[in-house]
Amino acid sequence: MKYLPLVWRNLWRRKIRTTFTLLSIFVAFLLFGLLMTIRTTFSLGVDIAGLDRLMVIHKISIILPLPSSYQQQLKSVPGVEVVTHNTWFGGVYQDPTNFFSTIAVEPEPYFGMYPEVHLPPEQMKAWLADRQGAVVGVDLAKRFGWKLGDRIPLKSFFRTKSGSDIWEFNIVGIYQGDVGFDNTQLFFRYDYLDENRQANQGAGTVGWYVVKIKDGSQSKQIATVFDDMFANSQAETKTTTEKGFIDGFAKQVGDIGAIMIAILGAVLFTILLVVGNTMAQAVRERTNELAVLKTLGFSNAKVLTLVLVESLFIAVVGGGLGLAAAWAIVSRGDPTNGLLSPFVLPRVDIAIGIGLIAAVGFAAGLLPAAGAMRLRITDALRKA
Amino acid sequence: MSFLRQIIAVSWLNIRTISQRMSSSAVAIVGIAGVVIVLVSVLSMAQGFFAAMSGAGAPDRALVFRTGADDEMTSGVQGPEADIIKQAPGLRHEGNQTLAAAELFVLIDLPKISTGTPANVPMRGVEPTSFPVRAEAKLVEGRMIRFGTNEVLAGRAATRQYAGLKLGSEIKAGQTTWIVVGVFESRGSVAETELWCDVHYLQGAYRRGNSYSSIHARLESPQTFTQFKDWLTANPQLNVSVKPEVEYYMSQSQTITRLIRSVGFGIAVLMGIGAVFGAILTMYTAVSTRTREIATLRALGFNTASVLVSVLAESFGLAAIGGVIGGALAFLAFNGFQTSTMNWQTFSQVAFAFAVTPQLLLQGLVYALVMGLIGGLLPAIRAARLPIASALREL
Repeated sequence: MKYLPLVWRNLWRRKIRTTFTLLSIFVAFLLFGLLMTIRTTFSLGVDIAGLDRLMVIHKISIILPLPSSYQQQLKSVPGVEVVTHNTWFGGVYQDPTNFFSTIAVEPEPYFGMYPEVHLPPEQMKAWLADRQGAVVGVDLAKRFGWKLGDRIPLKSFFRTKSGSDIWEFNIVGIYQGDVGFDNTQLFFRYDYLDENRQANQGAGTVGWYVVKIKDGSQSKQIATVFDDMFANSQAETKTTTEKGFIDGFAKQVGDIGAIMIAILGAVLFTILLVVGNTMAQAVRERTNELAVLKTLGFSNAKVLTLVLVESLFIAVVGGGLGLAAAWAIVSRGDPTNGLLSPFVLPRVDIAIGIGLIAAVGFAAGLLPAAGAMRLRITDALRKA
Repeated sequence: MSFLRQIIAVSWLNIRTISQRMSSSAVAIVGIAGVVIVLVSVLSMAQGFFAAMSGAGAPDRALVFRTGADDEMTSGVQGPEADIIKQAPGLRHEGNQTLAAAELFVLIDLPKISTGTPANVPMRGVEPTSFPVRAEAKLVEGRMIRFGTNEVLAGRAATRQYAGLKLGSEIKAGQTTWIVVGVFESRGSVAETELWCDVHYLQGAYRRGNSYSSIHARLESPQTFTQFKDWLTANPQLNVSVKPEVEYYMSQSQTITRLIRSVGFGIAVLMGIGAVFGAILTMYTAVSTRTREIATLRALGFNTASVLVSVLAESFGLAAIGGVIGGALAFLAFNGFQTSTMNWQTFSQVAFAFAVTPQLLLQGLVYALVMGLIGGLLPAIRAARLPIASALREL
């Protein structure tokens, strides 16, 4: 501990260099944090998707509907707990570029199936009492300034019986999903859609089924049972786990995210390398000073520790503040109004960041410090 | 004149000696090159996507949708309506053909070659007139489909991205089997991501009765659009909306292009700040290792401006090197790189190639120079203000 002032003085002997090294590391780790957030966005929250939930979709394409009669048949399979269905509504609010997903659901089974999504019980009650009710994610509500009780029109490719493509909804609830759940969706009641759409627009059909099973490890077998059940029928099905489904969807968005991450990752790595080199340079410059310390009786280990503490200090302060800043920015929410959703910095990535900080600090200090430690005092002194 | 000569002499001296300070200069060069790589490559992705989408449109073509539908996925036009639309004025005629085609747009699951996972590949049912409507589409391999059969043409980009599209191979979708008989190209646009087959066969396979997604029409000239549109919207038998094709494809590309651009710019700005720090660090080091040199120059009578400009020039030089390296690497690594993503408006796949355009390279270089200027400013001022006497004594 008593050597701290020595380390401190060494750090600030070149104020400008230390300041800008700190700032560079700060920016690097700020970027790292944001990068990981974007990566999570492009994987569409696949990390939180459940293995005990199965998605049953039309075999040819998810855009084709399934008969609503399948619900009973799916329920009858042993090992199945809940079966509910979703229907894509393709709602547009004001302008097509205001994209968010709008899905017709069965309120109670759907929310029962997603314990990570929270809707106050009185709002659920209100929803069950109002056929035109809709619940929206907290981020979506914020984006358009919607409050409970607002009445909003959405344009859809579905037509009402009166021939209009405008559907009206009452906002009766605002849900909040746990970290990673998309809080920019709108859910409304399927019965409202089905009773009011024109008969030739898929009356009696649903988009896809979500099935909760008792035991996640049974998912493969149960999926096969489902698909065999509807083989050679008018609408054959393809069943995957929700995780597999979202993963597949994310893969469709595809390389675009992966490529961005790869480019940024490579560049970030290079920057860290360069900054690390600058830090190492700062130690190398002082080789003869370290020799003086050894002459004064400092042990090899002590010299090594002194140097390491110095470089770790820079890495930890700069990197730590950078990660913290990234976390602060991310927790303030998505700046692009729902374009990047889900917008979270996963804990795993914070841990990776911390590991990276330690690695940079050690790597930058260790090589020159080890060199200094092995140095013969006389050689080093002569170098000056 | 001597004032200028001084500036040039000292700046040239600095730039020529950059190689001697390579290790510290590397910080600035690598940092700036990195930022330029990110900026150029990410924007080239947006550019490529945009080019693929907008390249599909032609000024003399129009699309007819059901009123309220914004894309082919959600639109539906009934057979009798389609027949009326084809009689509208303003359409181009070739021989006894009217150049308007009723088409059906659906999605089909095909595995991506890169990941093996299924992707929503767009499949378009076409009529014989679809080909003269799209004059740019050319058959490059195999033969034309025979109408009334299960034969399909695959777009060139689709054959590169999705498995099972070789000539002669069969695609199973539900209870229908399709046979690939030809490959077409269409100026690298989004149309090349599609599979084309007979529209009536597709209606049967997807149980769409006699309904279509949209009508693709080729007009006599871009000027007859209004005539065409007015006639359709005034017709009480129809409930349709008309869009110029160019406008339609532009709006289709918006979400993704905006997403990529905002992420790209945001990251580039942040990284730019980091790179400016790197440049400042480098230039301070450069100034401090040459304290005595600079003081000597000043003592010899060189003015402060020449010292100031020389430091800025060096910083500029480093930035230019970084900018050129970054641009070159981005170009070599990414120009023409083939990939695909999903178009959020229709959930269908779009295959496209990265496009590193000269404008993007210029943009990257300008950004690099701006970073160099900002990075060199503080150190330059410091160098210019060095007290001569004490600086000469240093070291």
